[in-house]
Amino acid sequence: MINMKRRTFLKGSVAASAVSAAVGVGLLTPRAVLAAWPTNAFKATSVDAALDALDGTHAAANSDKVQIDAPDLGENSAVVPVKIYSQLDNIESMSIIVEKNVNPLAASFVLGPGVEGFINTRIKMAKTSNVIAVVKAGGKLYSAKKEVKITIGGCGG
Amino acid sequence: MSTIKIRAKAGGKVTKVSALIDHPMETGMRKNKKTGKKIPAHFIQEVVCELNGVVVLTALWGPAVSKRPFLQFKLDNAKKGDTIKLSWVDNKGEKDSAEAKIA
Repeated sequence: MINMKRRTFLKGSVAASAVSAAVGVGLLTPRAVLAAWPTNAFKATSVDAALDALDGTHAAANSDKVQIDAPDLGENSAVVPVKIYSQLDNIESMSIIVEKNVNPLAASFVLGPGVEGFINTRIKMAKTSNVIAVVKAGGKLYSAKKEVKITIGGCGG
Repeated sequence: MSTIKIRAKAGGKVTKVSALIDHPMETGMRKNKKTGKKIPAHFIQEVVCELNGVVVLTALWGPAVSKRPFLQFKLDNAKKGDTIKLSWVDNKGEKDSAEAKIA
């Protein structure tokens, strides 16, 4: 009987110390520190849900003042170069969304003073998909998209 | 040895800033082929770019940004000799920063 209690006591204390160890090592703390990182937007599994979580709406209008430059054929799906441009005024943020990735939101850039409406970066794509540039300007969303074909096996033919 | 390489060049009107960061950007979905175990996610979540100490660009990244991430942007209020600073933080709380003068 005494032994039984000792077992349960040990089990409880081990579980408790595992949690505190996780906090101590920093497994749990970064989330709190990075309050600005929009976890829900990056975890979202649809384009609309990602935009709702990121910008509060998914009503993005197609605009000729937003351009996206990406290859027609992504030869290496782990490194797809994407450039986004915008000539809109008062740009708040520019985001890159890959429609058919498990989590569509790839990256979002918050533009401060003096930054032109231009971002060039490289992203990963799971399969052939539309890549969407979403620009937030004056509280509204504007978008442009481009399809990038991914050939499994990397044969660039 | 810093994980960040920055190149900033002033042109006629705009300054082009390019940065390359040495980071694995693990998605957490890949498996180790030998053990079959998932490789834990390890990716940069936030990159902050400062011009003379003022934040000009904040990049929020998910695991879909390529490994050895590359970032390029343009500034229209910078001049030769100004300081560009880049700092990143990843999902494990690791961080690094680097500075460069605009050439």
